[in-house]
Amino acid sequence: VSTPNVIMPFGNTHNKLKMNYSAEQEYPDLSQHNNHMAKVLTPEMYANLRDKETSSGFTLDDVIQTGVDNPGHPFIMTVGCVAGDEETYEVFKDLLDPVIEDRHGGYKPSDKHKTDLNPDNLQGGDDLDPNYVLSSRVRTGRSIRGFCLPPHCSRGERRAIENLSIESLDALDGDLKGKYYALKNMTEEEQQQLIDDHFLFDKPVSPLLLASGMARDWPDGRGIWHNDNKTFLVWVNEEDHLRVISMQKGGNMREVFNRFCTGLTKIESLFKERGHEFMWNEHLGYVLTCPSNLGTGLRAGVHVKLPNLSKHEKFGEILKRLRLQKRGTGGVDTAAVGGVFDISNADRLGFSEVELVQMVVDGVNLLVDMEKRLEAGESIDDMMPEQK
Amino acid sequence: MANSFTRVMSGRNTAVMLASIGAGTLASGYLLSDSTAAAERKRLYPPSADFPDLRKHNNCMAAALTPTIYGSLRDKTTPNNWTLDQCIQTGVDNPGHPFIKTVGMVAGDEESYEVFSELFDPVIKDRHNGYDPRTMKHPTDLDASKITSGMFDERYVLSTRVRTGRSIRGLSLPPACTRSERREVERVVVTALAGLKGDLAGRYYSLGEMSDREQQQLIDDHFLFDKPVSPLLTAAGMARDWPDARGIWHNNEKNFLVWINEEDHTRIISMEKGGNMKRVFERFCRGLKQVEHLIQERGWEFMWNERLGYILTCPSNLGTGLRAGVHIRLPLLSRDPRFKKILDNLRLQKRGTGGVDTAATGDTVDISNLDRLGRSEVELVQLVVDGVNYLIECEKRLERGQDIKIPSPIPQFRK
Repeated sequence: VSTPNVIMPFGNTHNKLKMNYSAEQEYPDLSQHNNHMAKVLTPEMYANLRDKETSSGFTLDDVIQTGVDNPGHPFIMTVGCVAGDEETYEVFKDLLDPVIEDRHGGYKPSDKHKTDLNPDNLQGGDDLDPNYVLSSRVRTGRSIRGFCLPPHCSRGERRAIENLSIESLDALDGDLKGKYYALKNMTEEEQQQLIDDHFLFDKPVSPLLLASGMARDWPDGRGIWHNDNKTFLVWVNEEDHLRVISMQKGGNMREVFNRFCTGLTKIESLFKERGHEFMWNEHLGYVLTCPSNLGTGLRAGVHVKLPNLSKHEKFGEILKRLRLQKRGTGGVDTAAVGGVFDISNADRLGFSEVELVQMVVDGVNLLVDMEKRLEAGESIDDMMPEQK
Repeated sequence: MANSFTRVMSGRNTAVMLASIGAGTLASGYLLSDSTAAAERKRLYPPSADFPDLRKHNNCMAAALTPTIYGSLRDKTTPNNWTLDQCIQTGVDNPGHPFIKTVGMVAGDEESYEVFSELFDPVIKDRHNGYDPRTMKHPTDLDASKITSGMFDERYVLSTRVRTGRSIRGLSLPPACTRSERREVERVVVTALAGLKGDLAGRYYSLGEMSDREQQQLIDDHFLFDKPVSPLLTAAGMARDWPDARGIWHNNEKNFLVWINEEDHTRIISMEKGGNMKRVFERFCRGLKQVEHLIQERGWEFMWNERLGYILTCPSNLGTGLRAGVHIRLPLLSRDPRFKKILDNLRLQKRGTGGVDTAATGDTVDISNLDRLGRSEVELVQLVVDGVNYLIECEKRLERGQDIKIPSPIPQFRK
């Protein structure tokens, strides 16, 4: 009565039982939905893709479950799908290519993405006015080729990723030298310190993440690494294999980006020494769990005081033209407190890392200049930027 | 350590290389050579690599799962491709509470209880007071006429309720079902319920399609169930595709209610204000039998076998799946230090009036049977009847300033 198991465990979306029913019978009810997946997934597309799977057994229903379970918001357009492994983007390209195109400003299946992690190519960026810019931060993600991604990996794989990461990060030296804190082993004291430093990440509560299976087996295989200076931080096995963060107080984005690039490049070579590379290709750039983070996976941002500008009727339009995005200082889905905003690049794919950080540097400089004008009671009408 | 990892990982490089060339070819290649990929994965990740870390866990699954059992079951699947890891995910993700022992595993289909019996059997034994599915048989008895003294003093008992669950044989259970299967459950059950007549005639409200007014009415009647928020349930995958194919059916008299596709295929509830347990149970049995008959007419049946009784998603609900209870006011007794012991000996359980995991409000508590498996429905309801009558007697005695006695423990079966 039992047959050999050749597939990964999560969700019964792997079963072939659904093939006993027609595609129409299986097609999800997306009538209340407003996410990229729901916009793209027609019954015909569902019928064509539903019997496919990647070599690790990830199926279409696995890809879309989070989008089915989270209809979305009338104003915020979530992606509604995730990858379970690198191959997902290939096997399900009929779905993911249009999702990517819609999410990433018209990025076509034939487009090529440029990677540029040479910090010398950045112009300026070391002197964002610290009277306004409170802190600067750059983050990205990396996936380790050959392993399944967080929605789909087994415990064994997740632990292997953790062990590999610990080994590689332990070899960092100089101002990058640091220490790993496994989520399940940390002492009360270590935990409190990480909370005080704003480094600790917790089990996801967002239904967007939970529905995709990324929180399975928490906190097994998860942890935080940071350097002794507390300016370079790596999250292991949260929403992606690795999230890499460089940050510091003040407005020296150039230094932050410098450390970011140096650190990433070092980490990459340390992984390569151990026979592993990052998932990357010339069309999608760095491959991550959520299609929204493809390309650079980069979010470069500042916490900046803009109490006057943020009340200006053209604030939204200005940000849009600068290709910037605002968030509250608690991160995505939070509200701004005391006129302090998190301002970062809106794009991820189709621009290089240097290009995106340049946009943030130039954009934030302009925003701060506008803020100063408004403070002085002057108009900013002559400062309106062109659409980038 | 670096070298051993490089060795372990290098076997995947071929697959990886192929993947970066053209995964389409790889996918079809895989389907043709299942055994190669499977063997490769087994070599790279033996069961010991995947064995969950249960050191901080306190649930029945964690108490029973050894590396040996895991090793022997990890690579098996039910005919529907349900795996052990899927059964235990909820228990891995929810370590439990020092004081409350949760079950920590679910079934994805009827066959789970057989294919993974090496783990389910000790869990069942632990949860159901030593009931051994390998050697014992579960009695089913839905003859309500056997109940005696089933009318409670309504100065104390405010309301009475009996619930159970039923699964439709041949369709996967909520953690595992596809959307079609779930919709099929809905169709089969709603069609059958439409055949109920007389005091059982009623109507169905689909969760996704009900009007605001209907929703408000169902809330006011305390009938509406919502998307589960308990991580025990969501980690088991039961909330997928919500609210697709979920709904509530109730009769016009509002004393017979069926939930469709919540934690089980169906939950059936008979209830009314006051203390007439006999009538509540009589309607319960009658309704159940009629629904069973109606689905059988169309070629369906409930999941049942003589080892485990009625098969439900959570092992804690096997056997009768029955919880018969009352909301009862026991202001004096509930404050008496002997209350808990009295309940224990009567094989009763108290909950708050919001259901499991809620606290009692005021002096009103929810009292129901502890057991589900190894005793029949009639036995359990009689146990509740006798037990609640005893509690009322105690309350009355305390009112009169008389002393009360802790009853001797009701014998549990043991193998």
